[in-house]
Amino acid sequence: MSEIRNFTMNFGPQHPAAHGVLRLILELNGETVERADPHVGLLHRATEKLAESKPYNHSIGYMDRLDYVSMMCNEHAYVRAIEQLLDIEPPERAQYIRTMYDEITRIMNHLMWVASNALDLGAMSVFLYAFREREGLMDCYEAVSGARMHATYYRPGGVYRDLPDQMPRLAESRWRQGKDLARMNRWRQGSLLDFLDAFIEDFFTKVDDYETLLTDNRIWKQRTVGIGEVSPERALQLGFSGPMLRGCGIAWDLRKKQPYARYADVDFDIPVGSNGDCYDRYLVRIEEMRQSSRIIQQCINWLRAHPGPVMLGNYKVAPPTRAEMKDDMEALIHHFKLFTEGYCVPEGETYAAVEAPKGEFGCYLISDGANKPFRVHLRAPGFAHLAAMDEMARGHMLSDIPALIATQDIVFGEIDR
Amino acid sequence: MSAFSARNASLAQSLQQTLGERLETLIEHRGQLTAVIPAAHWVEAACLLRDRPELAFEQLMDLCGVDYLGYGDDEWETAEATGAGFSRGVDALGPGRFSWQDRPEADDFPGRFAVSVQLLSQRHNRRLRLRCYAPSEDFPVLPSLVEVWNSVNWYEREAFDLFGIVFEGHPDLRRILTDYGFIGHPFRKDFPLIGNVTVRYDEDKGRVIYEPVEIEPRVGVPRVVRRDSRYIDPRREESAG
Repeated sequence: MSEIRNFTMNFGPQHPAAHGVLRLILELNGETVERADPHVGLLHRATEKLAESKPYNHSIGYMDRLDYVSMMCNEHAYVRAIEQLLDIEPPERAQYIRTMYDEITRIMNHLMWVASNALDLGAMSVFLYAFREREGLMDCYEAVSGARMHATYYRPGGVYRDLPDQMPRLAESRWRQGKDLARMNRWRQGSLLDFLDAFIEDFFTKVDDYETLLTDNRIWKQRTVGIGEVSPERALQLGFSGPMLRGCGIAWDLRKKQPYARYADVDFDIPVGSNGDCYDRYLVRIEEMRQSSRIIQQCINWLRAHPGPVMLGNYKVAPPTRAEMKDDMEALIHHFKLFTEGYCVPEGETYAAVEAPKGEFGCYLISDGANKPFRVHLRAPGFAHLAAMDEMARGHMLSDIPALIATQDIVFGEIDR
Repeated sequence: MSAFSARNASLAQSLQQTLGERLETLIEHRGQLTAVIPAAHWVEAACLLRDRPELAFEQLMDLCGVDYLGYGDDEWETAEATGAGFSRGVDALGPGRFSWQDRPEADDFPGRFAVSVQLLSQRHNRRLRLRCYAPSEDFPVLPSLVEVWNSVNWYEREAFDLFGIVFEGHPDLRRILTDYGFIGHPFRKDFPLIGNVTVRYDEDKGRVIYEPVEIEPRVGVPRVVRRDSRYIDPRREESAG
């Protein structure tokens, strides 16, 4: 009888199911995974070191590029850390806008997640449907910031500008004309809030559509039920957060437990799983999309009724308006100092965490009193989750590895930083 | 009167009681508590923090290395006028131009390298930051927490990779974020931002080669530290006066 040996296989770094540049070294016994060793860092850009060499505001754009499918939530953590050290509080309207955009971001992230997860496990159609809705939300990003993804919209002291009164409409082109164009522009006749209101009302039915495709789907259940089970004790020990933790039955959500922005004033529920497997985490994320929609609706109602400033009037931190700058010497000086030197942040350290779609995204900031951070460390939820890959993958089949990578919602921008 | 705010008073008290002499200092800043623990008691204190029901920090959310070289040190003097102007900022060598021994802003840091840990207690819904200074600057070694909180595994690998802090007792202390065969610890303050080597594919040799970097380091916006009245905490003023 010949000797049977384990063999080692490279999964990635170029693999469609690796969600980026993950090199996973798998030790296989037949088709069973005995050990998984993720090699990360192929997308390492030293964001934290770059941030040390730039004034505070210059690094906001880098935050978008960390977890590049939940952009504004990353900005939120960084901006909150600066605000805590400066001891400033943005105006209420800015906080509602942030709450709303955090939830738009969460839906975008979960759409991307359900789309790519389903695609990895062989369901093509969900991908197409989810990307259709994601496009509408990206238009909301574009309407406030001019960029579909990397918005740089949150600033210390508020948000860059108020919501537009006119939602941009799609222009006629070879592909969009006549009745199609009119249908696509139907929601875009009024303001951004009108568009979002119509979108969200319709979105509840869209989430139901995804569920009809997946929730009772026999193949989907075979691929996810009982795969990657994690007990609540292990989940805590491994530093899980977000849906990975809630899938195990632990009702922990920073939006409820340590509320920031205006989460204390909006009504929503925390969905919780029970088995801690891929299927439960799927159900949690699907329900989170509905809850996010509820939050957005409440924010829309508040924002419609309460116009006001979206940025602090404190010119030591926030720039004066263009008109003021042209008119007032002092405003001009403030403008000049802010854009050539930035603002100095008082000495101290802080850790600000937000409930990003993937889990707890934290920003640990040390300031020595300069206009640049002394040290920034970004706590990415995916980093802790991927570290548990070895434990989750042991004993599973090779074909479950894409399901595990997908359920952890891995994005390399945030893991490699 | 307690030195801590009402929100943190009970936590501060139980920390002082439980940790005793294992707690070096306890600082509160912006409503967050930081406990400095000596390296000798690092693991012991961590076990107490996790297991004692009144503390119950079940989760370690984050660990990161810090290099205090160049702390509080600016590239452009702002307290008085200089004849050199902006070019001095542009030509500056950055925070790595001093060694740890002859740094100008000799703050009272017990060591150059430290790790900061963010703990979370879900039972009590509160956070705590721990800090531990490595005893040596040349070869910083700290005990590993991996047996206490498994989640620290990759964070310690990251701190080792980027700062060269060695964690004693770590089962698998390999580089994690930098390239295979990378030399140096890039997040140390004396490691240049532009790096030391560039990588390119050489047509003639038919392989990837490493060369010294060609670009010049440049500071776009100089680092300044302003200590004028705007940045003095009004509440601290009140308590002092």
